[in-house]
Amino acid sequence: MAEHLLELRDLSVRFHTARGLVQAVQGVSWHLDRGETLAILGESGSGKSVSASAVMNLIDCPPGEITSGQILFEGRDLLTLNEEARREINGRRIAMIFQDPLSHLNPVYPVGWQIAETATAHGTPAQEARARARELIARVGIPDPDAAMRKYPHQFSGGQRQRLMIAMALALKPDILIADEPTTALDVTVQAEVLSLLGELQRETGMGLLLITHDLGVVAEIADRAVVMEGGRIVEAGTPYDLYHNATHPYTRKLISAAPGRGEMRADRAPVTPLLSCRGLRKEYGSFTALKGAEFDVMPGECLAVVGESGSGKSTVARLVLRLEEASGGQALWKGEDLLTKTPREMAKVRRQLQMVFQDPTQSLNPRMSVYEIISEAWAIHRDVLPKSRWRGRVQELLEQVGLKPEHADRYPHQFSGGQRQRIAIARALALEPELIICDEAVSALDVSIQAQVIQLLGRLRDELGIAFVFIAHDLPVVRDFADRVLVMQKGEIVEQGSVRQIFDAPREPYTQRLLAAGLDPDPEVQARRRAERLALQA
Amino acid sequence: MSDTTTVPVPPKPAAMRERPALLRLASMLWADKFAFAAALLLLAMIGCALVGPWLMGDAAGGQNLRARNAPPFDLSRGWLYVLGGDALGRPLLARIVVAAQNTLLIAAGAVACSMIIGTTLGLVAGYRGGWTGEVIMRLADVIMSFPSLLLAVIVLYMLAPSVANLVLVLAITRIPIYLRTTRAEVLEVRERMFVQAAIVMGASTPRIVFRHILPVILPTLLTIATLDFAFVMLAESALSFLGIGIQAPEITWGLMVSQGRQYLTSAWWLAFWPGLAIILTTMSLNLLSGWMRVALDPTQRWRLEIGGKRNG
Repeated sequence: MAEHLLELRDLSVRFHTARGLVQAVQGVSWHLDRGETLAILGESGSGKSVSASAVMNLIDCPPGEITSGQILFEGRDLLTLNEEARREINGRRIAMIFQDPLSHLNPVYPVGWQIAETATAHGTPAQEARARARELIARVGIPDPDAAMRKYPHQFSGGQRQRLMIAMALALKPDILIADEPTTALDVTVQAEVLSLLGELQRETGMGLLLITHDLGVVAEIADRAVVMEGGRIVEAGTPYDLYHNATHPYTRKLISAAPGRGEMRADRAPVTPLLSCRGLRKEYGSFTALKGAEFDVMPGECLAVVGESGSGKSTVARLVLRLEEASGGQALWKGEDLLTKTPREMAKVRRQLQMVFQDPTQSLNPRMSVYEIISEAWAIHRDVLPKSRWRGRVQELLEQVGLKPEHADRYPHQFSGGQRQRIAIARALALEPELIICDEAVSALDVSIQAQVIQLLGRLRDELGIAFVFIAHDLPVVRDFADRVLVMQKGEIVEQGSVRQIFDAPREPYTQRLLAAGLDPDPEVQARRRAERLALQA
Repeated sequence: MSDTTTVPVPPKPAAMRERPALLRLASMLWADKFAFAAALLLLAMIGCALVGPWLMGDAAGGQNLRARNAPPFDLSRGWLYVLGGDALGRPLLARIVVAAQNTLLIAAGAVACSMIIGTTLGLVAGYRGGWTGEVIMRLADVIMSFPSLLLAVIVLYMLAPSVANLVLVLAITRIPIYLRTTRAEVLEVRERMFVQAAIVMGASTPRIVFRHILPVILPTLLTIATLDFAFVMLAESALSFLGIGIQAPEITWGLMVSQGRQYLTSAWWLAFWPGLAIILTTMSLNLLSGWMRVALDPTQRWRLEIGGKRNG
């Protein structure tokens, strides 16, 4: 058997936590060759990052413990080397990039200095290191590299920062690049660009690329081989094509079927009197205009999807309508009455009919309140909705409605998983029997399979209770099966709006077309076609 | 002050649930042995403060020139002199017990006053902001820029040095600590998503402040308060030393420390025992506040509920 560049044999890692032993990965084996891209696919808690952390010696022991296995790098077992030798390999031979580049770049040093520093730390002369840094910054596609050398991390956009992280990782020409969710925090169009940059660099340098991701689309786009992890074990391995078409393990099949944008699109609806209509809604921060006169309607019982990349003003719309921020101009008519001119007292009454579900349920639920307190707070605020004697019963009803158990009422938010927490947040929004729920990126922070379940739940609530939704998302496929109408936003403007069929089947605006082309499809064949389309659009 | 934020008290079986909540709190205290010991010690201190003057008042004032600077652990003069005698031959044990009342009254009063006033103003400055907030912050700046001891000297020079006035002065000088901490924390917490969620639900300002913001910042404030307890005791002794605080024959631990200072080389026990009392009180409060922080936090509480064998 030929020697692999990096090989894991039967690796098991466990963590000692206060709640007992947690087996993070168990008997995991995979290998990576030169010039190859291996993707580790899994949802949160699957242990996909742990094996990479073990390679980089990032697991803290005591709490962590490597109980068995070998990590062979060019035939040498990394686990038997001393700290000094590991450091020599880390960074120089094996480099790593992370999900959130902002927290891994030091804010007080210019980026040029930081990239050069990686090289000088491993003994490259300063002069040479600077030249190399400049060359790398130019290579990863940052405009005006000389000026960029002297800039600080906060002066770059998210995508540029990830490019800088890649440049930093490549400073020592490593043999292996480990990328832990490198594009998860980025916009779809930027994600596609960063992935193709990674692909290019890999072909140029011939390094091995280990990509950790939860996204089947990323696997389809870039990976040569993939392993699927669940609960600390590898359940399936193969080429993306094989995995997609001939998946044998039920978990892989579940992941594939959970990928959004597969189902039937909803039929167009006949126009009725709008529930909410915004006219010329504007928001300015100083001289910066975040929202330039948004005009749209939301019909009763309808789901309006608002799609756009970060900074497009989509969340601003929600915050203005709910008066979390004051608008600079325009109107938001709720059943004909302008919400923006209401006094706080009047507004408090209207809020009953207008609820919101936030992006991150970990932060939107008060950690010091039990589920019962969180949900019943709505009735404590609006005294006339429900007599206190019926609160407990109603909380249990609501929990069942969103797919939780009645006995969950006395637990606290931290005792639930991310998807369950979002269900609690939805139950809280339902408590006041609203007519419109605004979901601000309500499923973006969730795993794909959980995402599908939550969207299904929202769809059911719309059909059963006739609640209208404004569903804000940065990703088009997510809204395809769920929305009635779609509104595409870019830089504070609504560039296109229409029924879901119009947007997906016949997008008019180039920006909408670009967004659609940038979305990653889990089917490798479809994805190859998309890549071609994307390149054509760029040309 | 803790009951509002602890365990949920569901309305239906209210009477039935109230008791287990108290019991649970007690068992959580038992789980942390240090905190448990601290609680016992504090109870003993409070006991001294309540009945001490009545029990040992005469002994603490009675002079016995033959027992001047009597060394500790010598039982030949009776058990009252087990900790030794002071410069006038008064038994140290009795004096410490009697002094507990004044000391704890002043320290607790000053800390409680400054905490309540400081927190209230901090909440207003942080949540309301604007013009009101500016005025409050500038007031805090004025107090902070003025040397606190000097302020105390001026105020006590004009007013009679009594326990109430001492509490007032010490409280005023410590207000900015709570005020600034509260304001800074409120500015952060008010931007958290669950506060926004409460606004969307239509919650009133008092509800948001007391139900959502205050419980989050209270542990920080309690920790500061326990540390401040020691500071206030020593500040009070400094004032006594300057002749404007508590005056003999009234005694406090701080006063005893400063009186014993001149004998430090020949009779260390004069300053040591009251100093130890101050340290033990502060340390107990600190341990207890650490325990309280864990016990009040639903995400941390399990550490105490699983029996306190290990804490990760």
